[in-house]
Amino acid sequence: MRFLARRLGFLLIALWAAMTVNFLIPRLMPGNPAEAMMGRLRGHINPASLKALEVAFGINTHQSLISSYFAYLNNCVHLNFGISLLDFPEPVSHVIAQALPWSLGLVGVSTILGFLIGTMLGAVAAWRRGGALDSVLPPVFIVISAFPYFFLGLLFIWFFGLTLGWFPILGGYTETATPSLTLGFIWNIIDHSILPAFTILITSIGGWILTMRNNMITVVAEDYVKMGRAKGLKPRRILWQYAGRNALLPNLTGFAMSLGFVISGAILVEYVFNYPGLGFLLLQAVENEDFPLMQALFLLITVAVLVAIFIADIATSLLDPRTRTTS
Amino acid sequence: MRALRVLLHVPGRVFRFMRRDKKAATGAIILFVLLVLTAFPTWFTPHDPAAEIYTPGAAVSWSHLLGTTSFGQDVFSQVIAGTRQSVMIALIVGFFCTVISVIVGISAAYMGGIVDDGLSLLTDVVLVIPTFPLIIVIVGYLKSAGFWLMVFVLVFTGWSYGARQLRVQALSLRNRDYLLAAKARGESSWYVITVELIPPMTSLIVANFLGAALYAVLASAGLQFVGLGNLNAESWGTMLYWAQNNEALQTGLPLWALAPGVAIAILGSGLALLNYAFDEVANPALRPVRAMKKRRVA
Amino acid sequence: MSEPILQVRDLRVEYATPAGPAQAVGGVSFDLAKGEFLAIVGESGCGKSTLLFAVAQLLTYPGRLAGGEVLFDGVDFTTLKPEELRLHRWRDISVVMQSAMNALNPTLTIGAQLTDACKAHTEWSDEKIAQRSAEVLAMVAIDAVHLKSYPFQLSGGMRQRAMIAMALLLEPKLVIMDEPTSALDVVAQRSLMHQVETLRHQLGFAVIFVTHDMSVVSHYSDRLAVMYAGEIVELGPTRQVFDRPEHPYSQGLMEAFPSLLGESKQLTGIAGNPPSLVDPPEGCLFAPRCAYANDECRSVRPELIAYGNHQVRCHLVARTRKNDA
Repeated sequence: MRFLARRLGFLLIALWAAMTVNFLIPRLMPGNPAEAMMGRLRGHINPASLKALEVAFGINTHQSLISSYFAYLNNCVHLNFGISLLDFPEPVSHVIAQALPWSLGLVGVSTILGFLIGTMLGAVAAWRRGGALDSVLPPVFIVISAFPYFFLGLLFIWFFGLTLGWFPILGGYTETATPSLTLGFIWNIIDHSILPAFTILITSIGGWILTMRNNMITVVAEDYVKMGRAKGLKPRRILWQYAGRNALLPNLTGFAMSLGFVISGAILVEYVFNYPGLGFLLLQAVENEDFPLMQALFLLITVAVLVAIFIADIATSLLDPRTRTTS
Repeated sequence: MRALRVLLHVPGRVFRFMRRDKKAATGAIILFVLLVLTAFPTWFTPHDPAAEIYTPGAAVSWSHLLGTTSFGQDVFSQVIAGTRQSVMIALIVGFFCTVISVIVGISAAYMGGIVDDGLSLLTDVVLVIPTFPLIIVIVGYLKSAGFWLMVFVLVFTGWSYGARQLRVQALSLRNRDYLLAAKARGESSWYVITVELIPPMTSLIVANFLGAALYAVLASAGLQFVGLGNLNAESWGTMLYWAQNNEALQTGLPLWALAPGVAIAILGSGLALLNYAFDEVANPALRPVRAMKKRRVA
Repeated sequence: MSEPILQVRDLRVEYATPAGPAQAVGGVSFDLAKGEFLAIVGESGCGKSTLLFAVAQLLTYPGRLAGGEVLFDGVDFTTLKPEELRLHRWRDISVVMQSAMNALNPTLTIGAQLTDACKAHTEWSDEKIAQRSAEVLAMVAIDAVHLKSYPFQLSGGMRQRAMIAMALLLEPKLVIMDEPTSALDVVAQRSLMHQVETLRHQLGFAVIFVTHDMSVVSHYSDRLAVMYAGEIVELGPTRQVFDRPEHPYSQGLMEAFPSLLGESKQLTGIAGNPPSLVDPPEGCLFAPRCAYANDECRSVRPELIAYGNHQVRCHLVARTRKNDA
């Protein structure tokens, strides 16, 4: 448990760092863009939200830097991020809440699928060293993983969407349809998410496959795998319980590290497909100089990554007995 | 100086290694070609890339190898001209990231104790914070990013992965007997680090450089694609931005959008292949299994 | 001897190296009787561990079996398919490795690792498995509570004993041990050897014990084999080989060990280095380092010749023996 507590502590520090960076950036920008934004807002929104924005961006306050910093932290904790300019006069938290499920669905599902499939493929490739999978996979996936995420998206749009006409290429659902909980609408949503999900899957899977393969190769050379063979265990059992389990552990930590990468790619994929998730929202916010929204989104994305890392840590502690007990 | 002599051995080893490994050779050839294009783009551009004087939306032909854009510019010339920006950003960001990660990673491992704790915490925190959203936010306040701002932001976010890797390797080397022997001989820390510690880490350092360069290419392309770069720059990302904004794919000008993407992919693959090849040097167990029948483990 | 349980005939192992195949084991042959304790000694790199794993069919890339037969109870292991071979494992031959820390799966409990061996080869019920597991642990003086422990929670000596317990789970006819005492201090070594000996008398299994330290096995083994550069150069009853070594290499080895008793003498080593296995010398592999080598030694490879129950691979010994006969 000490392991998890330490990890939690670290993640909280990282969160604090992100919030602090968020706080400092607008203050460090030349030309004070925040002032300009406030000028547009004043007189249009309620005083409490105005105050929150002033605190967040350090405008028009007579407070010292330190006290506005703490006020800002307080606002973050209470999820008070102000008003969105994009979707005026909706509060930022509301705007975000609408986009959140789309991203969770798209990015969450494709990342998890990618990790699971990629890890299994990597394990099998290393197991059959010199086999077809092992010779073909590394170069192919090295090359694919060097493709920009959005390019693959464009490629798919052009090929599967426009040329073949198999899938729709824009949005989360057909614009003219009315949202409802009918099967037809749900199918519509799924239909729209296949290409973007596939894009994210293909680009990220290469990383999982290669890391797992590399870990497996090291693990397979270990004495305890040899012992497994000596004991006459069924090969499948050796593969998963002896080699796989131990090779997976560093992979889980790697998963956490590369999440940032995956998120970045997901943002671009959402943009290319006009998929109404958090990434697309972030870019729209930038385009419209909606600073409160930008800030809040950055924090939310950071929190999502940290939460995912923590889940990976929990999984590690479940799989690796050395982290659970003190020896 | 002895350190200099050691460093001079590196190119020889690298060259011999390239000849052996197909992946490395492919990656090296790709990068070499792109470097030539970066240095001398005008030798290869049939037309002025910025000139909007050709028939807009023209199909592929001998004078326009990849057709033209909807503004009437030659796509092929634009792609060639765009090489410079991407390659430069890759090399510059790669260089600075590597320098920082070497300094941070090795200092942390070598000095240990509270310095290590502090540097490791800093590295891990920077590593964990999602970089692209951060870049977007930073650039977003300024509405657009010039070349050097992009370099700064990419270096700021990209050094931590390498620092972590290098620290781990340096730690495993630090306790080796040959380092303790060097210290016992009375060699200075500076000598121990540059002559004894860094050379065995060369392949990892090079792999990190390539990784950082790859990151820079993809991230800068992404930034420019969403319109946050300098919209007048001659680069692949900006080409993609204009193509997307003019609905190139839908209006039957797919090459305008696909060509720069393929170019990015080629540069990226070159870097990635070379990167992987250096990973194999650092860890020989990963090298391809050859000259024996297919061997199953059990 | 009565029908031997193990017959190794002309076993060869090659390693793939960038410079070409290296002959790690070159034509080794020996028999092993039921319940016999055979020790194999030699310096690092002589091929003794490779020989062991070749016998147990556990070689992995870049090593491979290049020839020979391994007959266990009349069945040639080298010709069996992996699925068939698997059925013999652990029931007939079990393995104890050098470092228990590396040989035990860090993410499974001791109990789980005992269980999966049982499940792979028997139809035992869970109770029977639990009972048997506790039984073997008791044999090596480990409390059954440790069935729930993970390897990192046990001490080094306990881990090694747990490995021995695991090796005896299915009452095999042969247990091969690869330097199991190398990682232990002398007290733990003695205790382990004593344990192995007691169990051997109790259960009647044969042992092939590989080590670089002869003093460890000299009191326990029935026969002693000396290996050099992948070949057996001397093989005979332990006391005979120990007290009256005939091969120049064995003599050098015995000389290198100081005795606690008797007067102190000058310690001598064996000058030189082992030969290249990729490009071995034409004649006797030991000739380059041998003080007595003559022209015949340097041009003709000697055979392993038996003189009664003592085998030696040396031209000079053969010559002397012939003259005596």
